[in-house]
Amino acid sequence: MKNRHKNILGKVLFFVGVAFVIFFMFFPFYWLFISSLKGDQELYKMPPNWLAHKPLWNNYIKIFTEHNIGRNLLNSLMVSTITTLVSLAIGSSAAYALAKFKMRGKNFVLSLILSVSMFPGIVIVSPLYILFQQMGIINSFASLILPYLTFSLPLTIWTLHSFFQQIPDELVEAASIDGASPFKTFIKIITPLAAPGVFTAAILTFIGAWNELLFAKIFITDSKKFTVPVSLILFQGQYDSAWNLIAASSVVITLPLIIMVLLLQKYIIAGLTAGAVKD
Amino acid sequence: MSSRVKRDTARGFWFVLPAVAVIALVTFFPIARTFILSLYKYNLKFPSMKAFVGVNNYINLFQNQDFLNSLTVTVSFTLVAVSIEAVAGLLIALLINKDFKGRGMVRAFTLIPWAIPTVASAQMWRLMYSDQFGVINDIAKKTGIVHEYINIIGRQPQAFWAMVCADAWKTIPFMALLLLAGLQTIPPQLYEAARVDGANKWKQFWAITLPMLKPTLLVALIFRTLDTFKAFDIAISLTNGGPASSTELLSLYNYKVMMNQLNFGMGATISIVIFIFTMLIAFLFIKVLGANPYGK
Repeated sequence: MKNRHKNILGKVLFFVGVAFVIFFMFFPFYWLFISSLKGDQELYKMPPNWLAHKPLWNNYIKIFTEHNIGRNLLNSLMVSTITTLVSLAIGSSAAYALAKFKMRGKNFVLSLILSVSMFPGIVIVSPLYILFQQMGIINSFASLILPYLTFSLPLTIWTLHSFFQQIPDELVEAASIDGASPFKTFIKIITPLAAPGVFTAAILTFIGAWNELLFAKIFITDSKKFTVPVSLILFQGQYDSAWNLIAASSVVITLPLIIMVLLLQKYIIAGLTAGAVKD
Repeated sequence: MSSRVKRDTARGFWFVLPAVAVIALVTFFPIARTFILSLYKYNLKFPSMKAFVGVNNYINLFQNQDFLNSLTVTVSFTLVAVSIEAVAGLLIALLINKDFKGRGMVRAFTLIPWAIPTVASAQMWRLMYSDQFGVINDIAKKTGIVHEYINIIGRQPQAFWAMVCADAWKTIPFMALLLLAGLQTIPPQLYEAARVDGANKWKQFWAITLPMLKPTLLVALIFRTLDTFKAFDIAISLTNGGPASSTELLSLYNYKVMMNQLNFGMGATISIVIFIFTMLIAFLFIKVLGANPYGK
């Protein structure tokens, strides 16, 4: 009898705990969303309405027509996609060799690459700024994609390295006995098998590039080329009172990521926990 | 050296070359340039007055009140935020480390705060902190915690804690997820044996869970500590360092010296100092505490 009471109490505490966690995580989103639907009069009001009484969907149209957020979304999409493709192209071949070849010095190369992922981004800002200015690529997407490779390459190489290691050596050897060149083995046999790993690395890189602010704010000064994080932070400075529009913009730039996370969570969790947990 | 090793090394060189070349070009080469720049007096406004000053920038920096303030803010922010995140993350991981309906969904949703841009999450918190339309002020007044609405991010020390809270919200779920993965690798037989020996839940936690979780916890802590120490986005988008520089993290201070004052010499010096601190933190975790970020 006593045990059963204890059991019920435990269950109640458990659900209260889970409910609290979910509430804590979601309430900021809720507040952002209803703020994005409020008109000026309804927004600037204390105590605030916990619901948007007169939802103003027009705010969402305004940020596209008057503030051109579509352009920013397109810029971010381009920068993130190119960064992802370049990282995969040069990262996967390096990860493959480091995982499957009996190379000298591969542990050294691997730790070197990992240490790069720990470097603070700001330490490379000043020389790159001077260099990009001399090269005339300030304000081009190249000035973002190049520094983004400093975080995306270590991430891609480490993720793929652990996936490639799980592919049995016999497969690689069988292909090489059949006369396939290392490059052909890599493209025809390894890459399809490592598809989940490639996917994981691609998603993590894409998210990282989509969210990056420091380089994007420094290397791009032409408003037509702003990525979404930069446009949002400048919006804040320029239209200090348009908080409903800032809220709507935040919703719009966050939404693609939320959809991505919910659809692809399996791959993301695999990538995030690969480094932290040893099997 | 066997012929296999010789052949593989030769081939591997070409496979690895593009990645290593890019990393050298955009990381190692710039870091070296930053270090050289840190030995010069160099302002982009007056480029002709560039002059070699040796370690003078470093000496001046450590006597500069703004820098010392920023260093203090960053160290306290890192210690406070990472401790809160670790404890809360562990609690949540323990909570959801059992089979229940909808666990997969809870896990998936946990990823959302981690995935969204910090700039956007900072706007969420500004909307809640505001004294003109914020829900936190509303709740605080209704429950009698405050008598008047206050501009939370415009006051000391509230702004600092507001930044800690916004950062914790974004990172606790990530921490929980990593620790959950670690918890799931602990063999259940250990707990059964402990139960047979009469150890209660509390004892089991200290004798089994924590020691078994230590490697995962250390890896999570090293990455979180490094990320928090070099945090930039949260400071620039939530408070822009204010009020009175009470939330001016080192990266933001560094950014302002470079981009507002165009003082690239001193900016480079600050960058190198941040770089040295991050390397010290990594060293401390890996060599002293035995964290192993290399995985296997």
